Amino acid sequence: MQSRLPILVFAALMAAIPFIPGMPPFWIVLLDNIGLTALVAMGLVLLTGVGGLTSFGQAAFVGFGAYTTAVLTTTYGLSPWLTLPLSLVVSGLLAVLLGLVTVRLSGHYLPLGTLAWGLGLFYLFSKLEFLGRNDGISAIPPLSIGTFKMLSPGSIYYAIWVAVIVSALLTMNLLDSRTGRAIRALRRGHVAAEAFGVHTPRAKMLVFIHAAVLAGLSGWLYAHLQRAVNPTPFGAQAGIEYLFIAVVGGAGYVWGGVLGAAIVVVLKEVLQSYLPLILPGSGQVETIVFGIMLVALLQLAPGGVWPWLMSFLPEPTGGKKPDTALKLEQRPRAPGQDSVLLHVEKARKQFGGVIAVNNVSFDVQAREIVALIGPNGAGKSTTFNLITGVLSATSGSISVLGKKVDNAPPQEIVKLGISRTFQHVKLVPDMTVLENVAIGAHLRGHSGPISSMLRLDRADEAKLLAEAARQIERVGLAEQMHQLAGSLSLGQQRIVEIARALCVDPMLLLLDEPAAGLRHMEKQRLATLLRSLRDGGMSVLLVEHDMGFVMNLADRIVVLDFGTKIAEGTPATIKTNPEVIKAYLGVAA
Amino acid sequence: MNTTIMLFLVQDGITNGAIYALLGLALVLVFAVTRVILIPQGEFVTYGALTYASLASGQMPGTAKLALALGIGAFAFDLFVARKALHGRLILRSFLTNVVLPAIVLALTIYFAAQKPPVAICIALSLVIVAMIGLYLYRVAFQPLAHTSVLVLLIASVGVHLALQGLGLLFFGAEGQRGPAVLSGSFTAGALRFTGQSLTVYGITIAFIVGLWLFFGLTLYGKALRATAVNRLGARLAGIRTTLSGQIAFLLASVIGALSGIMIVPITTLYYDSGFLIGLKGFVAAIIGGLVSYPLTAVAALFVGLVEAFSSFYASNYKEVIVFMLLIPVLLLRSLAAPAVEEEKD
Repeated sequence: MQSRLPILVFAALMAAIPFIPGMPPFWIVLLDNIGLTALVAMGLVLLTGVGGLTSFGQAAFVGFGAYTTAVLTTTYGLSPWLTLPLSLVVSGLLAVLLGLVTVRLSGHYLPLGTLAWGLGLFYLFSKLEFLGRNDGISAIPPLSIGTFKMLSPGSIYYAIWVAVIVSALLTMNLLDSRTGRAIRALRRGHVAAEAFGVHTPRAKMLVFIHAAVLAGLSGWLYAHLQRAVNPTPFGAQAGIEYLFIAVVGGAGYVWGGVLGAAIVVVLKEVLQSYLPLILPGSGQVETIVFGIMLVALLQLAPGGVWPWLMSFLPEPTGGKKPDTALKLEQRPRAPGQDSVLLHVEKARKQFGGVIAVNNVSFDVQAREIVALIGPNGAGKSTTFNLITGVLSATSGSISVLGKKVDNAPPQEIVKLGISRTFQHVKLVPDMTVLENVAIGAHLRGHSGPISSMLRLDRADEAKLLAEAARQIERVGLAEQMHQLAGSLSLGQQRIVEIARALCVDPMLLLLDEPAAGLRHMEKQRLATLLRSLRDGGMSVLLVEHDMGFVMNLADRIVVLDFGTKIAEGTPATIKTNPEVIKAYLGVAA
Repeated sequence: MNTTIMLFLVQDGITNGAIYALLGLALVLVFAVTRVILIPQGEFVTYGALTYASLASGQMPGTAKLALALGIGAFAFDLFVARKALHGRLILRSFLTNVVLPAIVLALTIYFAAQKPPVAICIALSLVIVAMIGLYLYRVAFQPLAHTSVLVLLIASVGVHLALQGLGLLFFGAEGQRGPAVLSGSFTAGALRFTGQSLTVYGITIAFIVGLWLFFGLTLYGKALRATAVNRLGARLAGIRTTLSGQIAFLLASVIGALSGIMIVPITTLYYDSGFLIGLKGFVAAIIGGLVSYPLTAVAALFVGLVEAFSSFYASNYKEVIVFMLLIPVLLLRSLAAPAVEEEKD
C-alpha cells in the first residue's frame, strides 16, 4: 500500500537519462543490460526471496523467450510484436511442464533440480538443429513502431525500461493482494497456509510461472537488442549469476532485484575495464576481485543491499485502517442447541508402533465449549491434526454436521467452517498483523492473480481487510494492527492466531493452548471473548493446560491419557474423577 | 561390446566413483555442520593436484603464498572480533596458527621446490597447504556469515569459487598438468590391468570412509560435529564451540579435496578449472545420498562413476547431460518418498 510517488519519480528519472547532454552511449548500453537482468532478478525475488523456491534455472527461461522470437521472426517472418505474447506463452507453458516436475521437490532438492535441468537445457539449445546449434540464430529483425526501427541501444532503452517498471508495478500489486499473501506465507511452511484453504502447490506453481514469464520477456527483449542469439548466455553459469544478483540486491524486495542488477552489471563492467589498468598482465583478475567483493558485500549486508539502504529511511508510519463498514457474507449458523456439530468416532492414529490416538470418540455440540485436556503426550495435538486434516487417521471416522470427512485435506476441512490455531505459533513474522489475519479470510475472497496485478481486486480486497480488521479489534489488538507479527510478544501472537481463525467465519474453532504465555488479565479477556463467541452461535474445542482457565470456561471436558479417552463430563465431575486424578498426580496421590 | 570393454568401463567407473565418493562425503560433512553447500570443493581438488604436480616438477606453487595471505586475513578477523577484550594468549594462539604456521610452510615450500623433492614430501606439503587454505577460508569467508540463510551461504560459496578459480589460473596458468604416480607398478588379473595408482585410490577411499565412520562414531570431536549438524543452538548450549566444528569440517573437506586431486592427477590431466565439474559430480552423489547419509553417498558415487563411464562410451557428447539429468528422477523419488515437513526454517 506504499505511495506510488517514488516509482513515478524513478520512472521520470529513467526517462530523462538519455536526454542528459553528453551522456556516453556506452552508459545507455549498460542501462539496457541492467534492465534486462533486472527483469529476471525480479522474477527470482518473487520465486526465491518471497516464495522460498530457489531456482538456478532462470537463464533457461530467458533462452526460451529469446529463441521463440528468434525462430519465429527469422524462419517464419512474424512481426516481433506478434512474437511477444508467443514468447511469454512458451516460457509460461514450459514453466508449467518443468514446474510439475520440480516444484514438488522439497527443501534443498529444489535448487539442485533446477540446476540439473538448467544444465540439460543449455546443452539442448546448443545441439538442436533448428536453433542453429552452437552458432545460434542471427539477423533477427529489430523492434519497430511504424517506420521507426529500434536499432540503437538508445532506442530500445525505452522498451526495456517500460517493461521493467510495468513488471515491477504488476509484481508489487500481486504481492499486495489475497494471492500475494498466500505466496508470502509459502516460505514459512505449508501447514498454516493450508489450514486456511491456500492451495500451496498451486501458489508455488503460480510464482514459478510468473518468474518464468518475466525471464521470457527479458529474453524476448534481449533477442531484439542483440539481434542474434546463441546458447552461451542461457547456461547454468548465467542461472547462478541471476540468483546472486537477486540475493545481493535483497531477495525479498522487488526493487532489490533492480538494484542488485545495477550493482552487479556495473561492478563487472568497472572491473573488466579498469582492473587491467591497475593490475596489468594476468588474465582473470576481475573474477577474483568480483568473487571477493561478492563475499564482502554479503558479510556487510547479508539481507541484501536494498533493505540495508531502506533501514536508513524513517520507518513508514502505520498504514491506514481499513473501512470496517464493509461486510463479507456470513455462513448460515447451525439452528439451535443439541445438534451435533463434530462427531469423532473411534479415531486412531499410529506412528509406526506408537499409538498416539487410540480409538477416541467424542462429540462437540453446537454452541458449546469443549476442552480436551490430558498430561503431555496424551495425543491432544494429534487429535487436532486428525480433525483438521493435517494428519490422516489410521482408522475411525470424523464427521461434521453428520457428513463424513475422513482424510479430507485441510483446505476442504476449513471450507466446512472449522478453523484452528497452532500450539507453536505459525504466523509470517515479516507480514503485518493485519495481513496475517487476512490470510484467514482467504477462502472468502475471490480475486485471482491476474485481477490482483491489474488492481481489479480492490473491492474484494477492501472487504477482506475490513473483516480482518474487525476480528483484530474483536480480540483487542487494534493498536498492533500495522505492526509486524514477529515483533509481538508470544502471547499476543497467539491472540493474532485466534483473530486469523475467526476470519474464516467458523462454526467450530479449534484452539491449541490459547492461554499459554498470557497474563492473568489477558486470560480473563480471552475467556470473555470465547464465551461471547459461544453465545453468538460458535462452538469451541480447546486444548489447554491451565486448569483454572479450563474449569471456569468449558461446558464439557474430555480427558485423554496416553492416547486413550479416560473420562468425559462437566468440569465438576472431572475434578473429582479418580482416573483423572491418577493420570495427573499418580497413584499415591 | 565385449566383456573386456565392459570390465574396463566398470573399472574406470569404480576408480572415478571412488573419487566422487570422497568428494561427496566431504560435501555432506560440510553441509551438515555449517549449512554451506561447498562449491569451492572442486578448487580444493585442483589446488591439491596442481600444487603436487608443480612441486614434483620443481616449480614453486602460488598456493603456499595464498595460504599465508589468507592466514593473515584470518588473523586480522580474529583481532577485529577480539578488539574489545584483547587476550594475550588467544591472540598469540591465533598468531601462531594463522601467521607463523603458513609462513613456515611457505619457507619449506620455497626450500623444497628448488630441488625437486621426493613424492612423499610433495604430497605432505600439498596437503598441508590446501588444508590451511580450507581452514582460513572458513574463518575469512564463512564464519562471519554463519548465522545467515542457506541461500546467502550458497551465494558466498559461489563468490569464493569464482575467486579461487581465478587465482588458480594465476598460479598454475591455463595449461593442464600431470603429476607422478603415487604408487608405480601394476599387475594383471585376467583381462584387467591394475595399476598401483588405481589401487591407491581404492585403498585411500576405503580408509577414509572407515576413518570418518570411526571419527564420527567414537571420538568426542566427531560427536560434537554431529551434534552441531543436528542442532546448532542446542550444541552451543551444551558447550560445543560451533566455530570449532565449522573449522574441523572445512579442514577435513580441504584435506579430502586435496587428496582426491593428488590421486587423480597422475591418471588424468587437470586444468585450473577442472575442479568445478569434478566437484559437481561428487555433489550429484551427495544429493542422491540426501546430503545426510555417508554410506548412501558412497554407493551413489560409485553409481555416478559407472554411469559416466558407460555414457562416455556410448554417447560421449551427452556424458555430462546424462550425469546431471540423472538427478531429476532421483530427486523426485526422494521428495515423494519423504515429503519433508518444512517448518520455520530460513
